[in-house]
Amino acid sequence: MPPLLTPAPSLLTLARVGKTYDDGTPALAGIDAEIARGSFVSLVGPSGCGKSTLLRIAAGLTRASEGEVRWQDGARPANLGFVFQDATLMPWARVFDNVWLPLKLQGIARKTAGPRIMAALSLVGLAERADAFPRELSGGMRMRVSIARALVTDPPILLMDEPFAALDEFTREKLDDDLLTLWRDQGLTILFVTHSVYESVYLSQRVLVMGTRPGRIVEEIVIDAGYPRTAFRESPSFHAACRAVSSALRKGVPA
Amino acid sequence: MIARAPFLRVAVPLAVGVGVLIAWEGLVRFYQVPAFLLPAPTAIWQAFAANADNLMVSLWVTLKVTLAAFALAVVGGVGLAVLFSQNRLIEMALFPYAVVLQVTPVVAIAPLILIWVGLDHAERALLILAWIVAFFPMLSNTTLGLRSADHNLRDLYKLYGASRWQTLTELQLPSALPYILAGMKISGGLALIGAVVAEFVAGSGTSTGLAWRIIESANRLQIAKMFAALFLLSGLGIAIFFALTLLEHLTLRHWHESAVKREN
Repeated sequence: MPPLLTPAPSLLTLARVGKTYDDGTPALAGIDAEIARGSFVSLVGPSGCGKSTLLRIAAGLTRASEGEVRWQDGARPANLGFVFQDATLMPWARVFDNVWLPLKLQGIARKTAGPRIMAALSLVGLAERADAFPRELSGGMRMRVSIARALVTDPPILLMDEPFAALDEFTREKLDDDLLTLWRDQGLTILFVTHSVYESVYLSQRVLVMGTRPGRIVEEIVIDAGYPRTAFRESPSFHAACRAVSSALRKGVPA
Repeated sequence: MIARAPFLRVAVPLAVGVGVLIAWEGLVRFYQVPAFLLPAPTAIWQAFAANADNLMVSLWVTLKVTLAAFALAVVGGVGLAVLFSQNRLIEMALFPYAVVLQVTPVVAIAPLILIWVGLDHAERALLILAWIVAFFPMLSNTTLGLRSADHNLRDLYKLYGASRWQTLTELQLPSALPYILAGMKISGGLALIGAVVAEFVAGSGTSTGLAWRIIESANRLQIAKMFAALFLLSGLGIAIFFALTLLEHLTLRHWHESAVKREN
């Protein structure tokens, strides 16, 4: 008899991934991780633990020195979404054209891409600012445009590198909530890098806690609260989970 | 506050200019300075009016050389910088020679160029010499600009499989635009300087630009006419500068830090 609950197939598998920089510094060693389709996973760790490097390896922007990055469909999806810490918009292009970029590079004409661009902008609540230039927007709005650009390709996975770290607390909480809504409504798969314990616990189903020298995963903590998590944020179990992540973080940093 | 009022920004320097002209006129008349040392502004105006045809033809000659040299410098500088950005080996091979061209005083090369193009084609020598002077700022600014594209944006282009051509035209060239425009402002002024210097050195007889009018007037002690030619040259330089500043403003006003107005 088949088991009642088959685990969701893993979209992305990191197997014994290691990275040594050209000068011989070990950045990452023996990273094993599985990202299931439809899941929200956070990588949390102190600065210099290589969490951004790991994300770049997953995206194919940096080559791993050891180990393997396996995708469910074989090759790395060409339309994966990547969100940087800065909004990384082209300042000379209007919001509409910034979001068009991934499609434009695939050879899709501006007019053909129009409905998809506007749909992505509607998802982040910025359809009305399509004609604005990035510098006319606030930091939070720029980040929303960046997310819209990542979503316009209908990506199988969204890789986010400390996307809200530069924003103020209030904006950050709002964007966290909106990201969760997007994740649930659109059935996204998200791998989210952050150095904020609270953010990782609030957002994700699984928190991969990283340690330094070399960068490695020291513990995986499952957060099994349901969504939406507004009430969870005030609950004792939220604080218990934060404590668990914090103590794992302390373990990961050699004295 | 004061610096922002557009009226004052024009009116204040204009008032200074008018004040200087009046003082100049007054002092020349009062001390009866000889006209071959310092002619009064009214005398310069009369000299200009008397020689207007001749001077305007010269202005046109100098303008043509300047604009042609400038255009070639922009095309050549941006073109070579793009080539450098695509191929490190070509950059390594050629950049030092571009520097050699830049640091060698143009006055020193002028006689050689003049011999090469033939004394009958002095205007070609002027063009080449002015181009040499104007070329380097375009090359170095564009090279810097093409390299200054945001690294995360480069990664993004890589991630989405952009071709080299797409990365160049959609990312690197727009990123370089502020640098290119700054280079053009320098280069535009230098093209005029190059045209004038080249004419001083090369323009023996066959040339008819403003620089030659200055030499000619000096030889004949027509100092008022010389001043008139000098003012025309300044005016030309100012016009080039303002035209390029306007171009810069119109191109960058929506997005670049340098051109955006802030409320304080």
